[in-house]
Order: sequence, then structure tokens, then C-alpha cells
Amino acid sequence: MDELFYREYILEHYRSPHNYGHLENPDISAEDDNPLCGDRIRVDLKVEDGRIADVRFEGKGCAISQASASMLTDVVKGMTLHDTLRLGKDEIMENLGAETLAAARIKCATLGLKVLKAAAMRALERAAEAEEQHP
Amino acid sequence: MIAGIPHATGDKVERVRADFPILATRTSKGKPLVYLDSAATSQKPRSVIDAISHYYEDYNANIHRGVYEIAERATDAYEAARKRAAVFFNAASTDEIIFTRNATESINLVCYTWGFEHLGAGDGILLTRLEHHSNIVPWQLLAAKTGAELRFLELDEQGRVALDDLEQKLQGTKLVAITQVSNTLGTIVPLEQIVPAAHAAGATVLVDGAQAAPHMSVDVQALDVDFYAVSGHKMLAPTGIGILYGKRALLEAMPPFLAGGDMIRRVTYDRTTYNELPWKFEAGTSNIAGGIGLGAAVEYLEGLDMAWVREHEVALTAYALERLAEVPHLTVYGPKRAEERGGVAAFTMGDAHPHDLASILDAEGVCIRAGHHCTMPLHERLGLTATARASFYVYTTFADVDALIEALEKAARIFKL
Ligand SMILES: Cc1ncc(COP(=O)(O)O)c(C=O)c1O
Repeated sequence: MDELFYREYILEHYRSPHNYGHLENPDISAEDDNPLCGDRIRVDLKVEDGRIADVRFEGKGCAISQASASMLTDVVKGMTLHDTLRLGKDEIMENLGAETLAAARIKCATLGLKVLKAAAMRALERAAEAEEQHP
Repeated sequence: MIAGIPHATGDKVERVRADFPILATRTSKGKPLVYLDSAATSQKPRSVIDAISHYYEDYNANIHRGVYEIAERATDAYEAARKRAAVFFNAASTDEIIFTRNATESINLVCYTWGFEHLGAGDGILLTRLEHHSNIVPWQLLAAKTGAELRFLELDEQGRVALDDLEQKLQGTKLVAITQVSNTLGTIVPLEQIVPAAHAAGATVLVDGAQAAPHMSVDVQALDVDFYAVSGHKMLAPTGIGILYGKRALLEAMPPFLAGGDMIRRVTYDRTTYNELPWKFEAGTSNIAGGIGLGAAVEYLEGLDMAWVREHEVALTAYALERLAEVPHLTVYGPKRAEERGGVAAFTMGDAHPHDLASILDAEGVCIRAGHHCTMPLHERLGLTATARASFYVYTTFADVDALIEALEKAARIFKL
């Protein structure tokens, strides 16, 4: 990884993360950690009509994990749950402006996405259950 | 060069470095390799690499059974390595040197044989707050099954083991299981005070020597430890070979650990009598090449002289502590005096996460470890989730420390600290 990787905007997201904190009454929350480095991220979602109406995240860990999660919250606001499930490593790397990253660090970079997808998945499952009960 | 730091070790280090092929390589970015992660695993000298290939190329055969020439050569080389290790650690006999995979297996061996036979409900197992996971988790498992209880010697503000309540904590303690050198804080544990007190209280003593054996002269008889665990890969040998030293009387009374071939004397379908020491604890085909490699590693260290190894590392550590103190926002953990610590320095720098530091240093060819170094409880106690750690060995130079400092200064600029 070259030093350019730690661009200024990554440090800005690290020190002043966007959409940081909790939602009052989240529809869905999810949390996960990376025990190897101690990175931890929690995501709250507000869902309306299959879209992410609002999002907050909270966490601790390295600049890559936290900045990546912060950028991701900007990207997914307003996005459909289905579309968030299609996001992958490539989009994350694009957000970060990185071409390559050591394998161990990719886990840091994608932790936020992993948590967000878990939340989106649960929201979709819950919607499907509701559909079954009140068709 | 900084005034006041002895550089008598300098010329010798250059000769040592020439023995380690990997130190002449460069990273994919063309940077010279600055390897500062020897506490995780050491690099290997040419003589060790050659001893391993020599075995595979010239006399590869299984040991302790073949009657043909190369099998005998393989057996002799493997047993010669054991003999060398016995002399190196000053064991009373080669029978007390058991080959294992690593320190972790050595500790588990004691836990599952001696431990389960001797420890029961309410018996104390005394550790320090410094322990590596491999000297905590086996005892937690044992405690959960037997009702034995874990106790801990606390640390002072410099991460040194506090001995004021040693006597009290030894009451009811049946086993003292402690590290000799902390892999995180570098703390050297005062075995010369703890071991006699433990014995006086009737406790057995196991020492985790993973971070001590590679770096200082260890005399198991002088230390009077009952068990001593070693990992070969941290002391110039390949991975997959380690040692458990145990006093003969203890080893003889212990049931076997793993069962199978090689550890038996006579087997019928109904019952088995076990082999003599040390083979009673070496079931199945051993890591023969690893054992031979460990013999070569010990020979290499003897050639260097362990007193020189220690002197070199104290000088390096003193220099590193001095230089690290110059870096703004940097905090080093552990004892302040180099004489009180092994060749490791764990630190944090402002709000730059250790993993980010390690990545930035990696771009400069500087290899350090970042994380909890398998001492999660210790980190928690220090109020940290992770630290960065630089660690030194026989081939580490003052220039390596300078490269570390330069790379950290660069990281500080990137993080605008
Ligand atoms: C103090 C200490 N004990 C035990 C171990 C375990 O060594 P191994 O993984 O080789 O079994 C280590 C290795 O990091 C260590 O530093």
C-alpha cells in the first residue's frame, strides 16, 4: 500500500465520521467485530418502502474500517435494500480511492459493509415475513 | 550514532546478518527489509536452512526404527539435536527434553497430563497478568473441568510483576504457571524470587520460556523450574518444533499425552506399556527435519554466545526506547529500563490505530506487529484494544531502529499528529 492511500479525506472521515451515532427508533440494528484487530461497527437503519431512509453507525478501530463505514453510510442513504446487497469490495475500494490493500486490511475496509448487509438482509426477511402474515 | 550507546556489538551484527539470506532481499517496492517482528517468529540462518535441506536431500528416513544406514543417520541427527538442546538449557539429562510442536503444545502437554492428575477443586493456579493466551486458555479449560481456580500476580505502573502479595497468593496454589519474558511489555519476570517461594509453598512451577529462551542464557537447573516451554521458531529454528523440559521425576510419574506409535514399549490388543523418557511423550512420527533444524539453531546461538545476544539486545532496546521517546504523541508500554526488559517495545501513537501504523510502515519495508499479540486480557487491563510492537533479535541493527523511527515520523505526518 502506498502512503497516498491515507488520503486526507480518509483521515477526515476517521476523525469526523459522517452519520455517526444512534437512531432514535431504528427499524433494524446490526453489529459485528473483527476480533483480530478489535475493529467493531454497529449500524442502525430506518427503512421506508424498501429503501434506507436513514442510517447511523458507531464503532471503533483503525482509520480504514471507520472511514470506510463512514463513506458507506453516505452512499447508501436512499438506496434500496436490494441494491445495498449488491455492493461489494470493489465499491468499497473505490470509495477509499485504493487500488490494492493487504488481504488482512481488506477485512477492515469491508467490515462496515458486512454489518450493513446483515442489517439489510434482516430488514428484507422481516418484510417478507410481514408479507406472509398480511398478504 | 547517538552518544552513550555502546556499539561494540556493531561489527558482529554485520557478520551475523550475512548469515541470514532473507535480510538481503527487498520488498516489492524495492525497499530493504527491516524485520522488526522477531517476537512473532525469528528469521533463519543459512546453517539452519542447510541442515534441513541436507536431511531431505541426503538421509531422509524415519527414525527409531529403520536398520539401514540413512535411517540410523536420521536417528542420530535427531537425537544429537536433543542432546544439544539439553546442554544449551543445562538439563540434567537428554531424557528431560521432549520435542513438541511449539510452546503452546508444551504447555498443553503439562496441562492435560500433570495438570489433570494433580489439580482439583479449589486448588490455585497462579499466573501473572502478562500471560500469552497459550498460558491462560489451557488453565481456564482445566479450571472449568476440575474446579481449580486461577489467580494472578498483579503489575505495577511499569508493567513489572508485583511481588508484595506473592506469599499470600501462594497459599493454596498448587501450580505456578508464568512467563519469563512478556511478549507485549517485554517485562522480565523475577523467577529467582518466585520459584523458590513457590517451591517453599509446595507448588510446582511451569515457565513459559517462548520469549526468553531465544534471547538470554537459560539454565533450567539453576532456575530450578519444574517445566519449561520453548518454541523453536522464535529461536532461529523452523516452525513446528518446540521443547518441553521437565524434571525427570515429574515426567516419569506423568501419564502419556498423545498415544500411538513411538511412545510404546509393548502393545497387545488389551494393554500397552509405555516407552521410556523422552519418547513416552513423542507419539507418532516426529518433525524430524524440524528437530534437526533446531539442533542447528542451537549450535548457531552457542556460536554467538548467549551473553552477547543479551548484551546486544539490551543495547538495542535502550537505543530504541531513547529514540521512541523522541517521537511526539508516542507512548511506549512496559518497564522503563532496558535491563528490565526483553527486546520488544509495544507502543501507540496518538489516535493513529496500530493497524494503520503497521500498514504505513509496511510501505517503507518496516515489518512490525499490530494488534493484541495474543495478550487480549493484558491489553484490556492497560485500557487498550491494540498496540504496535517492534521486536529485536541477533540480526537487528541500530539502523533498523532508525528506519523504524523515520517511518513512524512519516506516519505522524500522514496522520497530522
Ligand atoms: C510469551 C509467549 N508464550 C507462548 C507463545 C506461543 O508460541 P507458539 O505459538 O509458538 O506456541 C508465544 C508466541 O507468540 C509467546 O510470545
